[in-house]
Amino acid sequence: MTDTLAAAVSILFHGTALAMVLYLISVGLSVTMGLMGFVNLAHGVFAMLGGYIVAGLMSRLGVPFVIALAAASVATALASVVVERLLYRRLYGADDLDQVLLTMGLIFMSVAGATYFCGPLTQPMHPPRWLSGEVDLGFRSFPAFRSFLILCGAALVTLLWLGLERSRVGVQIRAAVDSLRMAQSVGINTSRLFTLTFALGSGLAGLGGALGADLLAIEPTYALENLVYFLIVVAVGGLGSIRGPFVAALVIGIADTGFKYLLPELGAFFIYALTMVILLWRPRGLFGRTA
Amino acid sequence: MTVGAFARRHRYRPLEALPWVAALAAAIVFPSYLPLGSQILATILFALSADLVLGYAGIVTLGHAAFFGTGAYTAGILAANGWGEPLTGLLAGALAAGLVGFLSGLVVLRTTGLTLLMQTLVVATLLHEAANKASSITGGDDGLQGMDVWPIFGIFRFDLFGRTAYAYCLVVLFVCWWLARRLVHSPFGRSLTGIRENIRRMHAIGAPVVHRRLVIYTISAALAGVSGALIAQTTSFVGLTSLSLDRSGTVLIMLIIGGVGQLYGAFIGVPLYMVAQDRFSEIDPVYWYFWIGLLMVVVVVFARGGVLGLFDRFRR
Repeated sequence: MTDTLAAAVSILFHGTALAMVLYLISVGLSVTMGLMGFVNLAHGVFAMLGGYIVAGLMSRLGVPFVIALAAASVATALASVVVERLLYRRLYGADDLDQVLLTMGLIFMSVAGATYFCGPLTQPMHPPRWLSGEVDLGFRSFPAFRSFLILCGAALVTLLWLGLERSRVGVQIRAAVDSLRMAQSVGINTSRLFTLTFALGSGLAGLGGALGADLLAIEPTYALENLVYFLIVVAVGGLGSIRGPFVAALVIGIADTGFKYLLPELGAFFIYALTMVILLWRPRGLFGRTA
Repeated sequence: MTVGAFARRHRYRPLEALPWVAALAAAIVFPSYLPLGSQILATILFALSADLVLGYAGIVTLGHAAFFGTGAYTAGILAANGWGEPLTGLLAGALAAGLVGFLSGLVVLRTTGLTLLMQTLVVATLLHEAANKASSITGGDDGLQGMDVWPIFGIFRFDLFGRTAYAYCLVVLFVCWWLARRLVHSPFGRSLTGIRENIRRMHAIGAPVVHRRLVIYTISAALAGVSGALIAQTTSFVGLTSLSLDRSGTVLIMLIIGGVGQLYGAFIGVPLYMVAQDRFSEIDPVYWYFWIGLLMVVVVVFARGGVLGLFDRFRR
């Protein structure tokens, strides 16, 4: 009995850690999808970029972990603004196909670029000394780095939700997701809002990629390999939703960890099957609007 | 376009003979490249099948490799286990892929946009995982080996220089192209274009939209299966990459380079892509990805419609 309980606690813990990473990376994708209807398959590239920046800053320049994290999310956000202004902007409202091709092209370029600059191997991510080892919570101890990841994720999610709920920009974003034309008519500068949202989403993705480097390994094919995860979280959560992907990430993260733990041979199947079943039941996702 | 032009658009034009003449000429001029040539022909069929769903029905898919791989593994497993007859192998590949297309279409086609895209990707990923795990049957990561493909009709043996393979691929491609051409010019094909252009109006005039999308998805899957079976039989090898996202993605690229929804995009895009890949990837496969990615970005931003689109613009 205690073994089962220990296993359940362990699955919940690691599943929640994976869920935090998936949510931080995918929430931006969901919002850009809802706001601009833009199918951005290259979203994972920003997560990868965040991971590379943190790994590079820490191992080559000896920058402290927390500062490297902040730098990574700012740098990813800035890089995404450049890409948005130069390329994405031209394709708002274009065919799905064009958007898919553009962003697939960016993924391919990111694979080659990452290999060119950092080599084909996985980037080692060493947590700082104060985060290595375990934390003892009395009844059992947990790996410190993942505990930090969960706490960090929870704090960011709370901030994000409060921000979207309370701030002026948050209100504008929600209004524009609900009805773009109405938002424009009442004088919201949606073009600037797009860029801002895009930067915010990409910055969070960069942070998620860096924090989750030991769950989703930072390597050149990152954006290609994990694409299906990000898309699942967004589609199951419901496009344009902010809370939906959180629930979806929890479901996917915990189920994935659980199945892989219990049935390592068939682990990956269940998550895909589960996804198909959920979408059969609710084609617009768990929190998608029924239009 | 006048009414007369509409009525005539299904007729064969002299220019349509060009791909076939070119294919025959290429075989004579570059006899040492016949193995690459057969792969190009089979891949044209794959791109053609993708064009049916993408260009005509407007279904954007990231999982077309699921059908290609199913066809390849079906023909491959048959040939590796004592049934090397090529034509029935092709048929089996088509049936298996068509079945996968039909069953997944039932689920996938209920959704649109990003959700649909994700589900096609999930179907292909599922099959990729399955092929990887069932290594006793599929060879897993090492790929399926030990195929013994019999001579076609018991007469034409697959030779070392790839002559039989080339002719075989060319004939199969021709038959499939002819079928696809009839299909897109039929009332059924016209209604597909209608669904792509304005799905709500097609619903409103009472067209069975869901049913038709499912039918074309199944047909396209079967053709993709034939293409996979062709490559399996002519190369005597099936690898996990035949089910990968990489393959689903590159077929879109080849199609977009040539031009989508024109039936001939595949005939231009695939040879361009594969010959360039053959030349450049010898130098460095990693940089190949960079340039192909850049090319996609440039095509989408500056040259929508691909080579055929440029040609149309030039003519106007």
